[in-house]
Amino acid sequence: MEENAVFNDLSRMGKYLGQAARMLVGMPDYDTYVQHMQTQHPDQPLMSYEAFFRERQEARYGGGKGRPVRCC
Amino acid sequence: MNNNNSLLRHLPWAVLAVVGACALGVVALRRGEAINALWIVVAAVALYLVAYRYYSLFIATKVMQLDPHRATPAVLNNDGLDFVPTNKHVLFGHHFAAIAGAGPLVGPVLAAQMGYLPGTLWLIAGVVLAGAVQDFMVLFLSTRRNARSLGDMVREEMGRVPGTIALFGCFLIMIIILAVLSLIVVKALAHSPWGMFTVMATIPIAMFMGVYMRYLRPGRIGEISLIGVALLLASIWLGGAISTDPYWSVVFTFTGEQITWMLVGYGFVAAVLPVWLILAPRDYLSTFLKIGTIAALAVGILILAPELKMPALTQFTDGTGPVWKGALFPFLFITIACGAVSGFHALISSGTTPKLLANESHARYIGYGGMLMESMVAIMAMVAASIIEPGVYFAMNSPPAIVGADVASVAATVSSWGFAITPEALDAVARDIGESSILNRAGGAPTLAVGIAQILHQVLPGQNSMAFWYHFAILFEALFILTAVDAGTRAGRFMLQDLLGTFVPALKHTDSWGANVLATAGCVALWGYLLYQGVIDPLGGINTLWPLFGISNQMLAGIALMLCSVVLIKMKRQQYVWVTLLPAVWLLICTTAASLIKLFDANPAIGFLALAKKYETALDAGQILAPAKDLGQMQNVIMNAYTNATLSVLFLVVVFSILFYALKVGRAAWIRPERSDKETAFQAQPDA
Repeated sequence: MEENAVFNDLSRMGKYLGQAARMLVGMPDYDTYVQHMQTQHPDQPLMSYEAFFRERQEARYGGGKGRPVRCC
Repeated sequence: MNNNNSLLRHLPWAVLAVVGACALGVVALRRGEAINALWIVVAAVALYLVAYRYYSLFIATKVMQLDPHRATPAVLNNDGLDFVPTNKHVLFGHHFAAIAGAGPLVGPVLAAQMGYLPGTLWLIAGVVLAGAVQDFMVLFLSTRRNARSLGDMVREEMGRVPGTIALFGCFLIMIIILAVLSLIVVKALAHSPWGMFTVMATIPIAMFMGVYMRYLRPGRIGEISLIGVALLLASIWLGGAISTDPYWSVVFTFTGEQITWMLVGYGFVAAVLPVWLILAPRDYLSTFLKIGTIAALAVGILILAPELKMPALTQFTDGTGPVWKGALFPFLFITIACGAVSGFHALISSGTTPKLLANESHARYIGYGGMLMESMVAIMAMVAASIIEPGVYFAMNSPPAIVGADVASVAATVSSWGFAITPEALDAVARDIGESSILNRAGGAPTLAVGIAQILHQVLPGQNSMAFWYHFAILFEALFILTAVDAGTRAGRFMLQDLLGTFVPALKHTDSWGANVLATAGCVALWGYLLYQGVIDPLGGINTLWPLFGISNQMLAGIALMLCSVVLIKMKRQQYVWVTLLPAVWLLICTTAASLIKLFDANPAIGFLALAKKYETALDAGQILAPAKDLGQMQNVIMNAYTNATLSVLFLVVVFSILFYALKVGRAAWIRPERSDKETAFQAQPDA
C-alpha cells in the first residue's frame, strides 16, 4: 500500500513536470482539453491528440494580432 | 491577532532586508579590492524577496484590490485551447520563458563598461519599482478586460488615435529589435567557421524535428527535443573539427556583410514557410536550452563563487566609453532595458498570459515574480561579464576605429586605459575559445559566451572544454535570436498589414497571398536595412542601434505605465497613482533626454545631426573622413545618420502624443466623481 502511494505520487509528479515542460513552449495539456470537452461540450467533435497538436502549433506560431510569442 | 505576534511575523523579513542592505553596501562601498560575485547575488535575491513580500503585496491588496472570488477570462471563456485555467507554477514557467530572451543577457554586458555597480543598482531599483510593477499592472488590467492586448486597451481607455499611435510604436520597436538582435548574431558569427557551422546546422536539425513531430511520431515534443539537443551538441563537436580543417574552415568563413544578406534572405523565406517545419521545432530547442543554460549558469556561479575582475566603477561613467557613447544619465537607463524594465513585456502580460490565469490572486506571483526572475538572469549576465579580465572585455567590445585592428595596438590602447593586457593574453583567449580572433566582437553575445564558458568549463567535467562551451553559449544565443527574427517578422507582418489596412483596406486581408508577401517583404526590408547599416558602420553599429533599441523599449514601457496611471485614475484609485506614475515619469525623462541628446549633441560620436553635418561639410570640401574609405561610404554615413535621426524624432512624437492623450483623459477622469474605466463586469469564480 505504502509503495503504491509513493508510486502514485511519482507518476503524478512526472505528469506535472511533463505538463510544465510542454507549457514552456506553449502547448496546453491535452487531457485537460479532453476533460473540458467531455464535461462542457459532449455534443461537439473531439480533436485527436495529433489534430490538437497541429491546431495549437499553428495558433501559437501562425501569427495574427496580439500574438508575439516572446520578448527580445 | 495580537500586535506582538504580527510584529514577530515581520522579523525574518527584517533580517533578510538587513542582509540585503549589508550585501549591497559591500557591493557599493568596497573600493580597490576585488569582491566576490556572491555579494551581488545575495544583495539582489534578498532585496527581491523583501520587495515581493511587501511592495507587491501592497500593490495587490491596496492598489489593485485583487479579488480571488472574481472569475478570470481563462475560467469564463475556458475552451481547453486558448483559454485554459493553468496551475500557477506551470504558468510561471510559461510566462518566464516568454519574457526572458536575449535582452536581459546583452544589456548588462554592454553596461559593464561603466563597471558593475551602476548597472547592478539600476537593475535592482528598476525592477522593484518599475519593471515588475509594469508587468504586474498590465497583467491585472488585461485580466479585468477579457485578456485584451495592450493596443486594444489603449484604444478603449484613451481613444482611437492614441491606440493607433501605440500600435505604430509597437511596430517600430519590433523592427528595431529584429535589427539589433540580428546584428548581435552577425557580430558573433563573422569570421567564425565553428560558430557559423553550428548555427547553420540548426536549420536541418529543426527541419528533421519538424517532420518527425508532424509525420513520424506526431506531437511527441519531449523525445524529439532530446534528440534535437543531442544533435546540437554533436554539431558543436563537429564544428570544432571543421574549424581546424584547412578546407572546410574556409568554406564556413563569412564576412559580416555576407552573413547579413544570408540573414535577410533567411528571414524572408522562414517567415513564409509553414510554422511546423522550422519555427516551432527550433523554438522548442531554444526554450529548453535557455531554461537549462540559465539554471546551469546559476548553479555554476553559486559553486564557483568567482571574484569580480571588473572595477565597480570605471572612468567611462563620464560618457567617453568605447563600447557605447554617452554619460551615465540617461544612457545607462536605456542600455539596460530588459532586466530592469522592459516595455515589450507589456505585450506578453496582456493578451497571452491572462488567458491562462486561473485566479486573479495568482497575478502577483506571475507578473511581479516573473519579472524579478528575469532580473535575476540579468544580474547573472552582469556577473558573467564582470568575472572576465577587463582588458579582454574592452578588447572584444571596442570598435577598431577606436582601438585598432590588430592585437598589438588593441592591447596597447586598452592597457593605456588602465586595463592591463598583453597581445599574447588576447591571443591565448582566442585560442582557448577556438577562434582566430576575439577583436571587434561587440554586441554582448560573445563576451557573455566567454563568461559562461569560463564558469561552465570549471564546473563541468572534461578537459579543454572552454572552446566547446563558448560555442555552446553562442549557439544558445543565436538559436533564440533566430527564432525571434522568424517569429518577429511574422508578427511584424501582421502589424504592418493592420496599420496599412487603415489606409488601404485591400492590404488587410491576411489570407491574401499577395498582401502577405508584400507585407513580409516590407517588414524584412525595414529591419534588413537597419541591420545592414549597422554592419557596415565603421563605428561598430551596436553603438547606434542599441541605444535606439533601448529608447524604443523604454518608450513602450512608458506608454504602458501611462495607460496604467490613467486607468488607476479612472478607477478612482488616484491616491495610489504614484505607483505607476513615478516610474512612467522617470522613463519619459530618460527616453526624452536620450532622444534629444542623440539628436542634437554637438559631439559627432553621439549626436546624429552633428555626425551628418560633419560628413556633409567634409564631402562638400571633397575630403574623405576616416573611417569611410570612399565617397560612397561618406554618403552611407550621412544617410544612416539621417535615418537614425528620423527614428529618434518618431519616438519623441509617439511618446509625446500618448502623453498628451494621457493627460487629457487622466484630467477628465480625475474631475469626474464616479468610476469611468472599462472593466468587464464582475462574475463570481465558480467553486473549484
